[in-house]
Amino acid sequence: MILAVLDDSPAALDMLAFTQSLGRQVEVATFAAFDTGDPDDLAKRGVRTLHRITHDELADRAPAASGDALAQLIGHLRPDGVLAVSSDGITEAMAHVAAVTGLPLATNCVEVSTGDPWLLTRVRGGGMLLEESELHVGAADSAASMALLTIAQGVTGDIGAGPVESCEVREFVPDLSETTQARVVERASRGSGMTLATAPVIVSGGRGVGSAEGYRVLEELAERLGGVVGCSRVATNNGWRPHSDQVGLTGTKVTPDLYLACGISGATQHWVGCMDSKVIMAINTDPEAPLVRRATYAVIGDVHEVLPAIIEELNARSKT
Amino acid sequence: MEVLVCVKRVPAPGAKVPLTDDATEIDTRYLGHTIGPHEECAVEEAVRIVKAHGGSTTVLAVGPGAADEQLRYAIAMGADRGVLVDVGAAELDPQATAAAITHAIGDTRYDLVLFGTESADASHYQVGIRVARALGLPIVGGIKGIEFDSDGDGTADSAADSADSDASSDHTVRLRREVADGVEVYRVPLPAAAAVKEGLNLPRYPSMPGRLKAKKARIDVVPYTPEPGGLRKVRLRQPNDDREEAIVLGHGAAAAPAVVDTLEQIGVIS
Repeated sequence: MILAVLDDSPAALDMLAFTQSLGRQVEVATFAAFDTGDPDDLAKRGVRTLHRITHDELADRAPAASGDALAQLIGHLRPDGVLAVSSDGITEAMAHVAAVTGLPLATNCVEVSTGDPWLLTRVRGGGMLLEESELHVGAADSAASMALLTIAQGVTGDIGAGPVESCEVREFVPDLSETTQARVVERASRGSGMTLATAPVIVSGGRGVGSAEGYRVLEELAERLGGVVGCSRVATNNGWRPHSDQVGLTGTKVTPDLYLACGISGATQHWVGCMDSKVIMAINTDPEAPLVRRATYAVIGDVHEVLPAIIEELNARSKT
Repeated sequence: MEVLVCVKRVPAPGAKVPLTDDATEIDTRYLGHTIGPHEECAVEEAVRIVKAHGGSTTVLAVGPGAADEQLRYAIAMGADRGVLVDVGAAELDPQATAAAITHAIGDTRYDLVLFGTESADASHYQVGIRVARALGLPIVGGIKGIEFDSDGDGTADSAADSADSDASSDHTVRLRREVADGVEVYRVPLPAAAAVKEGLNLPRYPSMPGRLKAKKARIDVVPYTPEPGGLRKVRLRQPNDDREEAIVLGHGAAAAPAVVDTLEQIGVIS
């Protein structure tokens, strides 16, 4: 049996289909804090058993508690493998599971085949490289023989499993008495405003923008196009923009309809953060800049000339 | 406050990531190396904490002898000393890396141990957690804010703390991180560990006196023979990138009409 650990993100159902495509019996585990919807929907997706990890304190305890709870469920169920979604929270819980069980953990996998060893392909550096690896999980008769993996977002299976009559929900109450007492003391919700992660258009600036003031024209254009401003790591390091605007490996990974890259050369660290945008348009004085070559569309020129001209053109057309 | 920061020597690729002929490593003959960005913030934070609270910062790297360069960079930023766990040039799996760090720490007691949430090259997302669990330290990942409850300037905070009076409130740290729907702050008793993310602070560039000090600083080398863990890298490959060359819409301001036409075509404006 393989245990699929899901949260309530849309990617979770893709992950379930991926897990089912491995051709083994699949049961689902989740934390009670997640609204994974109606168990009947899981039955339609071929899931007979949903394990819900329930504990009053789980939501406020440090991540080690979620990891310990999951490790206890896994110890109880003894699946051959545990495949989890790769959200920050679940990945962190899986790392705790790996730490307390002493098992290896392969994160961010995009291809998996079961066996001895398991063979997998995982993403490194946010998409910079792919790594093919073997996951040796120890002798089959050992109590500690189990494959732990997290599956990269966006990976899905060709066919899920056929529907079953019903999905049984089993509550699992972990014992957290031995777990760290560290806990959440403060929470704040994000405002409802548009963020890099949700904006349909991102007007992003790099070294070529030249200064903090230089971003005014990017802000104006972003507002005209119903989007937000982003930036490269150079802009953050120079103090031109806050880190929350940074797109890239160590900033935010974005997937807008349009990524307008202004004066960004496109080092790998930046590229992996914007490469999944639907359309990339690059404005740069250097026709050989990596991002200019990899973009869908390019304009060769100085952002300080091109952007005001685009705004002027937009204004002219909206008047007619 | 004794702070340990674990840093990794990683290649600093430009636009291309060249591989060795056997495709098991990045070909670094023509590349520089750097400390991963998350860990550079960890070093900066440690230096600031020690400046505010006293104590010292130790930086630790597991890697080849050449990782000396990254330790000296951290010392130039203001760290006090370096420890190099020399495991040779081959990349370690995360279990082996964690075991090497745990071995090097041994019985030394640190109040705070900082890691990057994930390494910039291999992105395993687990080494800090494995070390913290092995040492029995609480750890929270993705941290973008570190505050001590005993901070003198946090008077409002201190008042709030005494309300939910906790005997150890002088010895706790507040760890802040961003989550999908907002921000959460954990209160964690010391000694503790945190896995941090870029954005925690803006790391300084080393000063000239810092660089001179770093040149002469002592680096303790700990020889260590790693035991391989269960995750074994076979080879690396480049992701498919079968994109066509960009369509050039024009040069300079004269390109504006073509740009706006394209924005209409792709439905960004109507």
